[in-house]
Amino acid sequence: MAPLLEIRDLTKSFGGLTAINGLTMHVDQGEIVSVIGPNGAGKTTFFNLITGMETPDSGDIMFADQPIVGLRPNQILELGVARTFQNVRLFPNMTVLENVMVGRHTRTRSGMLSAIFRTRAFRREEVETERLAEDTLSFFGTRLAGYRLDQPAMALSYANRRRLEIARAMASEPTLLLLDEPTAGMNPRETVEITELIGRMREERNFTVLLIEHDMRVVKGVSDRVVVVDHGSKLAEGSYEEVATNQQVIEAYLGTDTERRRIG
Amino acid sequence: MTQATNSRTATADTALHPAPPLDMRAAARLGLAGALVTALVPSIGMVETFQSRIIIEPFLPLGLLFMYLMPFAFGWMAARPPIKREGYAASVPGARNMAAGAIAGVLAGLGVGVLMALITAFDLRGIFIQLSPQLLETLSFGLPLGSAVLATAALGGLAGALGGGIHLLPRRLRRSLLPALMWVLLMSLLRDVAAQVFSGLRIPWLTTLIFTRRGGPLTVAGAVGVFVVFFALYWWIGGRQVTIRSRFDALPRPRQIGWSVAAMVAILAILAVAPAVFGPFLSQVLDNAGIFLLMALGLNIVLGYAGLLDLGYVAFFAVGAYTSAILTSPLSPTWAPQLSFLGALPFVMIAAVVAGAMVATPVIRMRGDYLAIVTLGFGEIARILLNSEWLAPYFGGAQGITNIPNLTIGPLSFSSPQDYFYPIFAFVLLAAYITYSLERSRWGRAWMAMREDESVAEAMGVNIVTAKLSAFVVGAILASFGGALFGAQIGSVFPHSFDIIVSITVLVIIIVGGMGNVPGVALGALILIGLPNLLREFSEFQFLFYGVLLIIMMLNRPEGFLPSRQRARELHQDEAGQDAWLEIYGDEAAASPETAPEGNA
Repeated sequence: MAPLLEIRDLTKSFGGLTAINGLTMHVDQGEIVSVIGPNGAGKTTFFNLITGMETPDSGDIMFADQPIVGLRPNQILELGVARTFQNVRLFPNMTVLENVMVGRHTRTRSGMLSAIFRTRAFRREEVETERLAEDTLSFFGTRLAGYRLDQPAMALSYANRRRLEIARAMASEPTLLLLDEPTAGMNPRETVEITELIGRMREERNFTVLLIEHDMRVVKGVSDRVVVVDHGSKLAEGSYEEVATNQQVIEAYLGTDTERRRIG
Repeated sequence: MTQATNSRTATADTALHPAPPLDMRAAARLGLAGALVTALVPSIGMVETFQSRIIIEPFLPLGLLFMYLMPFAFGWMAARPPIKREGYAASVPGARNMAAGAIAGVLAGLGVGVLMALITAFDLRGIFIQLSPQLLETLSFGLPLGSAVLATAALGGLAGALGGGIHLLPRRLRRSLLPALMWVLLMSLLRDVAAQVFSGLRIPWLTTLIFTRRGGPLTVAGAVGVFVVFFALYWWIGGRQVTIRSRFDALPRPRQIGWSVAAMVAILAILAVAPAVFGPFLSQVLDNAGIFLLMALGLNIVLGYAGLLDLGYVAFFAVGAYTSAILTSPLSPTWAPQLSFLGALPFVMIAAVVAGAMVATPVIRMRGDYLAIVTLGFGEIARILLNSEWLAPYFGGAQGITNIPNLTIGPLSFSSPQDYFYPIFAFVLLAAYITYSLERSRWGRAWMAMREDESVAEAMGVNIVTAKLSAFVVGAILASFGGALFGAQIGSVFPHSFDIIVSITVLVIIIVGGMGNVPGVALGALILIGLPNLLREFSEFQFLFYGVLLIIMMLNRPEGFLPSRQRARELHQDEAGQDAWLEIYGDEAAASPETAPEGNA
């Protein structure tokens, strides 16, 4: 079976800086894959390329056997690739529920006229959208339920904003979920919770997950496979244990022996 | 905060630093600015124009009153207590505030003194044609220059001290006194309206009771009566702890719906009898306001929801007016199918859709300032094309299209302003309904998401192209209805009616009224279109007032008079975020320290 997401020779440069340099990797259906690498390795650019927010200079991205390079972000989302952002980007003045309901935009069909005439189909879809949005939020237990549904997103605590962003992505019923540093800025307890959550996403909702993560406990806890990226290219790939003991990876993170000696 | 509680907190906690004293030098600086503004009022002819209006018989002409309102306002500003800061006691208003107000007021009054000296010494009429000897006579109360300067300074100082003294009043008193005074002024200014409304409501005796005559100024007793009634009203409202809004929010949902329906019925009933009560002149004013309101509701969708700043919005208004004019008028230059208004309406809509799409398509990938400039260009292109000789065979050039027949629906024919009130407000209600229903649909949510963050909205599945296109098209349709009604009511359309100033006015309406909120937009249209029509002396200075109003609003209430809750949140984001956090975590955080660290928002 062909992989769900296949990336071949992906290259993207900004002026003189090559952010992604001939990257090739794949994600199989049902896998949880972590992308790790030092700051500035090109991980977020990589996500932007997959979701169509930026266009690669060369290379192919195949999702479910379909080329998605050149499609608009909304088309890619419709095919089933949803993402979160490293620096949480919600719609701050919309309510928690509305934020998630926006996530269902591509899964709903009502036209403007049916909204104006309040047709039966429109009302049914609207009720359904609200129900599914609440259902998605219930994935996070009671944290984003009850009175919080009608609060503006900006009134949420940092951790809840991150959760809301994940819920918004989940609401679009993706096949592949891209999480950009889901535990950044979270305390250890919350980090553990997110780690469990990522596992549950696969079990309960059948998502395939590709995540960027810096916290090695999370990477170790959830990943089937780890891809190490440095300077826009794949440095290593394999299970967490394989990668963690890889000499090149250690050097990329900590510098070479000579450099270390100079610092030390 | 009242004086009593202030002094209590100040003495109770000795650890607090004493409040910083009022800065008298800042008051003086403000006074200098006040001097310029106060001297400007007579220089641009306001005193002379307003002087013939007597507010209360037998004294108080509006011209001088208006001029001395400036030292009053600057006195109030100069005496504002400093913001309470952490670790400092709250400032207790006292004599110092009045002194600061007086300083600013004296300086502002001296501005007029300097102006009088200048008028005496030089002939300034080459620059300010209003600076005549007659004006000098008015300003100086007929006194010789030296005493006149002293008198204006003293009067300015008095006005300033009164302005500063406002801060000494307890909140509830202040909140009753000032609105009551404003109503006296307003009642006198809108004397014709009041007389018309009283006779429309079958209580014409009220007119003779409080005014000297129909269309005359207030009598002293009348002014006192108006003051007492409104003072009592505001005092009563001020004493109530809960607002209508919070009570409404506390109701269970079915009862909320019940009250909403009741409010709708009440609004409809008021609208139904309005033309009869208001008479032809006022109905005409309301018709104008209604047409602008229709446009404003359209722009509200484009800008308030979708966040697209369209400065050429008048183009859609023109498209509606011209399409219906060509299709209905027998004098349409080349082709005159002479349809009825309703027959032309579908074509007006089609033309609006085409125009909306035409403007939207090239600007799809533009954001913010670029979009504003390009749409501004489109607006001007529309006007210039309509005015051009080249298209004159179709649009009539500068002569426009005349003889547009009156609106008829079946046997009903609409001709007077009172008649037109109904179709105009029917369209307004339709527009309000469309706004409400789209707001609560995936389209409204997509627009709002696009306004908040365009690239994230796109990444979340919103098709930016259709979202922008649809916002422009809906906005264009509403504006084109306004245009069609405008043409039918006036009976003719000319290119110069579709000036850039119309776009600006509509924009100001929704900014001042409250972006993204239908009642706010309605209020904005009434204030900005209705009032200048009613206060004819002011209409000369209409745009000056728009400008001043806009600046004051931006400084003090950027979300508009009646904002949508969202918009208010957006513009007071920090405070709102803080409050919401306290609401949620305040108690929890106090109870268990564990929950607190989560909220480093």
